[in-house]
Amino acid sequence: MLSFNLLIVVALGYVAFLFAIAFAAERQAANGSKAWLRSPLVYTLSLSIYCTAWTFYGAVGYAARSGLEYLTIYLGPTVVVIGWWWVVRKLVRIGRAQRITSIADLISSRFGKSTALGVLVTIIAVAAATPYLALQLQSVTLSFAVFASAPGHDWGASELNGAALWVAAGLAIFTIIFGTRNLDANERHYGVVMAIAFEAVVKLFALLAVGVFVVWGVAGGPGDMVKMIDASPIALWDQNGARWAGLTFLSGAALLCLPRMFQVLVVENADESHLATASWAFPLYLLAMSLFVVPIAVAGLALLPPGSNPDLFVLTVPLSQGQGGLAILSFLGGFSSATSMVIVATIALSTMVSNHIVVPLWLQSRSQGAMMSGDVRAVVLLARRLSIVGVLGLGYLYYRVSGGGAALAAIGLISFTGVVQILPAMLGGIFWRGATRWGAAAGLITGTAIWVWSLFLPSFGPDVVIPAQVLAHGPWGLGWLRPQALFGISGLDPVVHAVLWSMLLNATAFMMGSIVTFPTPLERLQGAQIVNVFEHSPGARAWAQSAAEAEDLLIMAQRILGPAEAQAIFQREALEQGKAGYLPDVTPGFVDLLERELAGSVGAATAHAMIGQLIEGASVSVEDLIRVADEAAQIMEYSSRLEAKSAEQERTARALREANAKLTALSVQKDAFLSQISHELRTPMTSIRSFSEILRDGDMTPSVQAKYAGIIHDEALRLTRLLDDLLDLSVLENGQVTLNRQTGQLRELLDRAQGAAGLRAGGLTIRRRKGDETLVLTTDLDRLTQVFINLIANAQKYCDAPRPELRIVVGRARGEVVVDFIDNGEGIGSEHQQVIFEKFSRLTDHGKAGGAGLGLAICREIMARLGGSIAYLPGQGGAAFRVSLPAAAAMAAE
Amino acid sequence: MAKRVLLIEDEPNIIEAISFILSRDGWTVHTQSDGVTALDRVRALPPDLVILDVMLPGKSGFDILREMRADATTAAMPVLMLTARGQERDRDLALKLGVTRFMTKPFSNAEVLEAVRTMAGG
Repeated sequence: MLSFNLLIVVALGYVAFLFAIAFAAERQAANGSKAWLRSPLVYTLSLSIYCTAWTFYGAVGYAARSGLEYLTIYLGPTVVVIGWWWVVRKLVRIGRAQRITSIADLISSRFGKSTALGVLVTIIAVAAATPYLALQLQSVTLSFAVFASAPGHDWGASELNGAALWVAAGLAIFTIIFGTRNLDANERHYGVVMAIAFEAVVKLFALLAVGVFVVWGVAGGPGDMVKMIDASPIALWDQNGARWAGLTFLSGAALLCLPRMFQVLVVENADESHLATASWAFPLYLLAMSLFVVPIAVAGLALLPPGSNPDLFVLTVPLSQGQGGLAILSFLGGFSSATSMVIVATIALSTMVSNHIVVPLWLQSRSQGAMMSGDVRAVVLLARRLSIVGVLGLGYLYYRVSGGGAALAAIGLISFTGVVQILPAMLGGIFWRGATRWGAAAGLITGTAIWVWSLFLPSFGPDVVIPAQVLAHGPWGLGWLRPQALFGISGLDPVVHAVLWSMLLNATAFMMGSIVTFPTPLERLQGAQIVNVFEHSPGARAWAQSAAEAEDLLIMAQRILGPAEAQAIFQREALEQGKAGYLPDVTPGFVDLLERELAGSVGAATAHAMIGQLIEGASVSVEDLIRVADEAAQIMEYSSRLEAKSAEQERTARALREANAKLTALSVQKDAFLSQISHELRTPMTSIRSFSEILRDGDMTPSVQAKYAGIIHDEALRLTRLLDDLLDLSVLENGQVTLNRQTGQLRELLDRAQGAAGLRAGGLTIRRRKGDETLVLTTDLDRLTQVFINLIANAQKYCDAPRPELRIVVGRARGEVVVDFIDNGEGIGSEHQQVIFEKFSRLTDHGKAGGAGLGLAICREIMARLGGSIAYLPGQGGAAFRVSLPAAAAMAAE
Repeated sequence: MAKRVLLIEDEPNIIEAISFILSRDGWTVHTQSDGVTALDRVRALPPDLVILDVMLPGKSGFDILREMRADATTAAMPVLMLTARGQERDRDLALKLGVTRFMTKPFSNAEVLEAVRTMAGG
């Protein structure tokens, strides 16, 4: 007999292995080689989280109790997946186009980015998933108990509860580690997907192994097996047609509506074409999973004493035959089924809870809204982690309250019925333009209320929540409200009864509500984009021309997406518009794009609200609505062609405008340049001439004499400096400079620059992270140091904070080494950001600055010679400059 | 009583030099560095003569001159304009605006003194 300790060791070893797989996949994804991670095979295997412990253990129990009816649970999804072209493909396309993060996000996004609907769907999903999570905990705990009871004593309630708590805690840790490592813009979790794909293989292999053992090891071959089945009571059960139809519908609908299935099917989908593979491979997987269910059930009924729990036959049959190894394999299969489901379900639910409940509340509690300082990402991640613990806690609570008594299959069906209440709103939303958010809310509330009353609450058993009296005669004696015989129709199976009434009334309320209410403009827009997702993916825009400042948008985006990601998006857009730098024109198209990027992290409703705070009511114009109207379809097609052309022209025009502005500015500057040079040279010269004449005239005290001689000396130095700078600049501009390439450490360069910048005591404080500066550079070190000195000296001169501070941050962005110099002053307005690198551009009084305004122009020339660049980095709070060096110039210190 | 000169100039060393030369010659020298408030200063305490730089923070010397000439109380006030840009265009503009005398930096101390004496006397 197996020792229980061995089982624990095997289970822990298996978990450690899963950690290793997830880590390896994450690492591979981080290194950019995602080809294997995104294969159709992995996608199909990840769909197998549909087969939970319920399927693994419960299907056999189901077959033992109700014969072939268990097949309905496979039939529904098979139909849906084979018919992927009609529904699943559309969901995936919408998910991609709208950056959908969860099923709640889909409903919210479709119905005008409604926060309330997001909350509603989230609550339904959590309520429906709770029994299911409890079920997984129960099955893992029971399977432990099977092994623990073998040595001689059975597990009591406290041991079962303890084990369930440990399992829940372990799963929470795994999910937090791999589900919330980062706030991925696409919400993809490569590590998790890889781990569950592996678990899919384990559970299939385990079930097949047990099946093969039963057929060939116990029965002695297929022929004998068939005889054994014929002899078994399973063959006698006749099937109930209503239940078959009802359950097939239920399981098919659940495949679309279950948050965890939506997560793997839509959110984690990397490529639409994977659906084609999954459409045949997934039904095959289901078939393989169901192949040996009947033989195992029959063998269990025949071999084990009457009264044994049929839900555990998969374990107990091999154990009773002394096949310890096989039993362990089978245990791992069940363990895989349960854990993979719990992990994905928890990720999906926690995303919904954090995006639709926690973050909106948090944002609302801050009066400044989207523009305050601080990183939203930290809040979102924390919200997710807490949600994960909360969701698993609820599952555990349900497990404790329900006492783990009901049969596995029954709990699964309760859960399914709850979650399919989302189906009318979802299907209506993606196929019917007329659906409105009031209709969706009415349907969701009606259906859910019926589900709670007729199935969920009675599931705890008579007298736990609903008194037996009410179950039998209805509340206050109202017979037509009896939970399991609504409107006086009794005699139906409770599940079929609940599905029938909830779906019927849900769909009716949804349609009536949609017909009698009027959609808001944003709803119409979203409705058109979602229903017609295949016709016009670029779509109409939700934002009209707006007055938002690109820099404000950048600040907000950085806080949600992180600085690197946000800057990349802004830079790409600016480049596409034909502009340099990080601040594109705020076109409606760009705002739309940005909103979708944000929606990928925090959900559509929150993203819309945050953008709305900056754009201020510029949403949806009349023209946008005209585009949405059905009648205008032809105009739209024509105009979209025109639009494509005019977008091209717009881009060219913008580039030309920018070039023209630059040229005009240049010619004005060229003129100004000569006056400037004249002015800059003559001013010190004036003092020198005047004071030397005064000194020549004599007749003054030695101290005054010394003072005037000092002024002459200082002005002569100023003149020399200016001439040096001018010469330096002209040499650099003409490309006559010879670079003196050397190799040195970035940290030493910065040390040198800091020392040479002439910092006054009590003036500028410099903050550096020397650990990040261990880069070895091969370039003209003196020239690079000159740039650093200039930037530090500028911060010293211009930073106007009461306690001036300069942060020097070293990082990498798109293959380049970047050194950012960020002070805490007022920064430079966007209208000046273009000109500060021009010669003689000084934003303050020249008296105060004490330079001729050539420093940054020289820096720019130097960086160009070194093959890098220097740019103003907007949106950092203070003035910020980014020095970029080609990666070729740098190598890591190791 | 000593005659008063208002020196509108922002470069500290040049202020010091001109103040020294004129004070030594018996003038009372007031100085003003900011272009924006320069006109108020002229009106508040009308000097006998104004020395005006062209490139001033906030407001150019040309603008100040134009406004002085447009205002009856200052229209006739002698103005000596000093500029470090020294282009022909600047001189023409200054003359058109009604400057009394125009000089390019760097100047000779003696010339400035002579100009100031002539302008205030005549």
